[in-house]
Amino acid sequence: MSQFLKGTAIELRGVEKTFGITSVIRNVDLKVAQGERHALIGPNGAGKSTLFNLISGYMKPSVGQILLRDETISGLPPYQINRRGLSRSFQVTNVFANMTVWENIRCAVLWATGQRYAFWKNIDNLPEVRERTAQILVDISLTARRDVPAGLLTYAEQRALEIGITIAGGADVILLDEPTAGMSHAETERAVALIRRLTEGRTLLIVEHDMSVVFGLADRISVLVYGQIIASGTPEEIRGNKKVKEAYLGEEAA
Amino acid sequence: MLELIVISTLNGVLFGMLLFLMASGLTVIFSMLGVLNFAHASFYMLGAFFGFQISRWVGFWPALLIAPLLAGAIGAGVERYGLRRVHKNGHVAELLFTFGLAFAIEEIVQIIWGKSPVDFRVPPLLDFPAFTIFSTNYPAFKMFMLAVSIVIFVGLLVVLKKTRIGLIVQAALTHPHMVGHLGHNVGRIFMLVFGVGTALAAVAGVIAGPALVTQSNMAGLLGPILFVVVVVGGLGSLPGAFVASLLIGLVQTFAVSMNGSLAGAFGPLSPDYAATWLSDIWNVTIAQIAPIMPYLLLVLILIFRPMGLLGTRDT
Amino acid sequence: MSDLASSAAPPLPAAADKLKFYGLWLAVIVALLVLPKLFSSGGSLTTFSLIGISIIFALSYNILLGQTGMLSFGHAVYYGLGGFLAIHAINIVAKNKFAIPLPVIPLIGGLTGLVFAALLGWVSTRRSGTAFAMISLGLAELVASSALILRTFFGGEAGVSANRTKVFRLFDWSFGPQIQIYYLVAAWTLLAVLAMYALTRTPLGRMCNAVRDNPERVQFVGYDPHVIRYLAFCFSGFFAGIAGALAAINFEIANSAYLGAVQSGTVLFATYIGGIGFFIGPIVGAIFVTILSLGLSDLTPVWQLYFGLIFIAVVMYAPGGLTGLLMMHRPLLRAGTLTRVLPSYAVAFVPTLAMITGLMLAIETIVHFTVNPGDDSHIKSFGIPFDAASPYIWAMAAMLIFGGFYLSRKTWTRVAQAWDEALSSARDKGVAA
Repeated sequence: MSQFLKGTAIELRGVEKTFGITSVIRNVDLKVAQGERHALIGPNGAGKSTLFNLISGYMKPSVGQILLRDETISGLPPYQINRRGLSRSFQVTNVFANMTVWENIRCAVLWATGQRYAFWKNIDNLPEVRERTAQILVDISLTARRDVPAGLLTYAEQRALEIGITIAGGADVILLDEPTAGMSHAETERAVALIRRLTEGRTLLIVEHDMSVVFGLADRISVLVYGQIIASGTPEEIRGNKKVKEAYLGEEAA
Repeated sequence: MLELIVISTLNGVLFGMLLFLMASGLTVIFSMLGVLNFAHASFYMLGAFFGFQISRWVGFWPALLIAPLLAGAIGAGVERYGLRRVHKNGHVAELLFTFGLAFAIEEIVQIIWGKSPVDFRVPPLLDFPAFTIFSTNYPAFKMFMLAVSIVIFVGLLVVLKKTRIGLIVQAALTHPHMVGHLGHNVGRIFMLVFGVGTALAAVAGVIAGPALVTQSNMAGLLGPILFVVVVVGGLGSLPGAFVASLLIGLVQTFAVSMNGSLAGAFGPLSPDYAATWLSDIWNVTIAQIAPIMPYLLLVLILIFRPMGLLGTRDT
Repeated sequence: MSDLASSAAPPLPAAADKLKFYGLWLAVIVALLVLPKLFSSGGSLTTFSLIGISIIFALSYNILLGQTGMLSFGHAVYYGLGGFLAIHAINIVAKNKFAIPLPVIPLIGGLTGLVFAALLGWVSTRRSGTAFAMISLGLAELVASSALILRTFFGGEAGVSANRTKVFRLFDWSFGPQIQIYYLVAAWTLLAVLAMYALTRTPLGRMCNAVRDNPERVQFVGYDPHVIRYLAFCFSGFFAGIAGALAAINFEIANSAYLGAVQSGTVLFATYIGGIGFFIGPIVGAIFVTILSLGLSDLTPVWQLYFGLIFIAVVMYAPGGLTGLLMMHRPLLRAGTLTRVLPSYAVAFVPTLAMITGLMLAIETIVHFTVNPGDDSHIKSFGIPFDAASPYIWAMAAMLIFGGFYLSRKTWTRVAQAWDEALSSARDKGVAA
């Protein structure tokens, strides 16, 4: 997992998605290098979440190909893509509400530690599972809330748990869908520090609306407007791009 | 042979239309409220028994109007004071509530009208053969049943296409998660939809009662077939429910009229196997397996089209 | 394990906890051994056996409903097929003089349940939620109707019978007397309950809970929810088959009622009334429903109606079931604030009881006039004689229902208030989460 290997982590080739007669994603090409922190920005309804759904296997692309480390993953079900080392979070918190924080994280650790569908092992007698779960719990700073059902956590805590579940399996390609949405300024800062720390040495693709987060975190940025990528480059390039200013940043500045 | 085909087709379409009278209400309720009303067939039964009782007092024609209204009012009450309360506990609780309700309704009907069939007769006005095909007299009452179900079918189409509530229902069918945004009168719409849906089932009960058997187990017999219809058609799809209703109506009616068996087709089984289970399969006639036809169809659909014929969404 | 991480993990059970756990099971074993000494009549031994069978069946059902979130309307299929295979096994073993003793027969029932669950499960667990519920109902109808067609195997309306005493005997146990059947059922119940409890503590058991809570997210942590549902379905079928085989051994007959909708409905009632949220819930429900159905059927001809009404009441007012109701009080008990709620309970109890009495009076009166209209109107139900034709009785029933309803609405609001106060003060003491 060393940083800046020359390989490509995620690649999209001519990906399109249509619902009926509406096309939501149009001919998208995108490359995210291994170890890169890549932000996907764009106005509401541009298709960012749909793109995440396509990459993570939640939906199948109508046309085109999606590759994970040069292997085709488009058409595979989500759990197989996850087993190949790609994990995603959700924009709307999506946790196991009736289970405790501990159990939530543990569920996300099980497959990665090779437990599969084991029905002959006592779950409390699995030291590796215990240790990894505890480590994640410490990482997301929810130790004090370990035995609380996830449904009773505060919003910021649920968002932290959401990230914890996403990284717990040890995937080295992480997709985060608006991880700081709805957070206060202080909470956002803490969340960004958390994301920076937890995705160290991994590939990160992040959808984010908060521009300070985007420009502070990302190595490269792609701009999605009406289902098309209109620009892709370093933060400086994006800042200077005329098309982006017109289509997107211009609105904010005005 | 031709006679058999014509009569069976007529009966099959009739049974299918009756099924659709119920399946349509069930589907619309499912799409809007998110709950599959397990007690839907019980309202069909209530319709039949109310129809029987009221036609004894004031005659069949008033009963045809009053019984569905009564059943619909009970349905609306069930939604308002039962389902709405249970709603916060989730869909499983709602389904279980209607399951308990179906059980209780069957018990109550048994207490009031007993376990044996009641003598619900065809009204004298319609008690004559409508026409004779080849040598079979086709009863006028069955033509009347067909006419009523077609009239209601057309009426439903008009309501769906032309009225405000119809537009809301249509929207709910295609975008079920948007139902929550209907605004402050969502409760009244739910109650209305539930009431009308159960009233339609009761109409089916009143017109089916004299032709079929009006008995306390009629809901238990028909209910599972009704649920097969909505699953085969695709949960929440109104056209799917229509196609599946006709399909199951025809399949079952044709099966009943056929006497073929493996023994008939290939000759009797060698006597060595006479006392084994193989002989059961060998000698069973198509008519005898008619009751399991809908369920076989269900299994086939599940294997080849898990979402149902015209279904698009998972629950 | 690193220090930081190990301090974050929940403590492993200490030796004292383990001792308590094993002690509990030991106590259960002792209780099961002593029970027939205390209640030695044939009737109570039969009741205990039926309760044991019902416990296994309800717990197997809860693997689906409570653990994995799958509502099945056709669980009796696996119970019934287990029962039929057990009866045929007894007959074959007896006829060919195989050296297979009776206590092994339930395993054959279990394997039957497992095989059929494995066959039918793959298509039916493809979808969850309402679709799964409807599919389970359709498959149950398919199997139940087929049983009437395949008469040689299922014995038609009469069913198939067997003589359990003709099987190969171990240690000279004939399994003729009910006491021996009781011990057989008790041993299997203990084994099955232990096994099903252990299942909840495995990786698969925990992933079942995850599928129940959020099947969508499960796919994004590497698991296929369909496989999890399927495995849960197979386990559930296995234990249901054991229960069915024990029932067949107990009655020495298997008939189509074993597979039918009523049997499927009964296990759903028992499990849900007991409470699906806790492991012990279905056990409580099985005991409650078995005793209630045996007791009520002596007291009133319309006991099934009461049964349905109890079920509806539980769904509406106590979705956690009996166990859920009891467990709600645990934080209050720990914080010592339980005493604040009890007086309001006592107050609410009186009008509620009045309303229930009124309802029962009305039901029994109506039943008299619809079921036996010609008979003498002086009837006796629940052991109490009264005159169903008397207008005073009617007035009393109406008064109890409406007065009771009005007052109990008021008093239950008070209960809710007292409850909120007690709970918030318990929270202040740091007890409830």
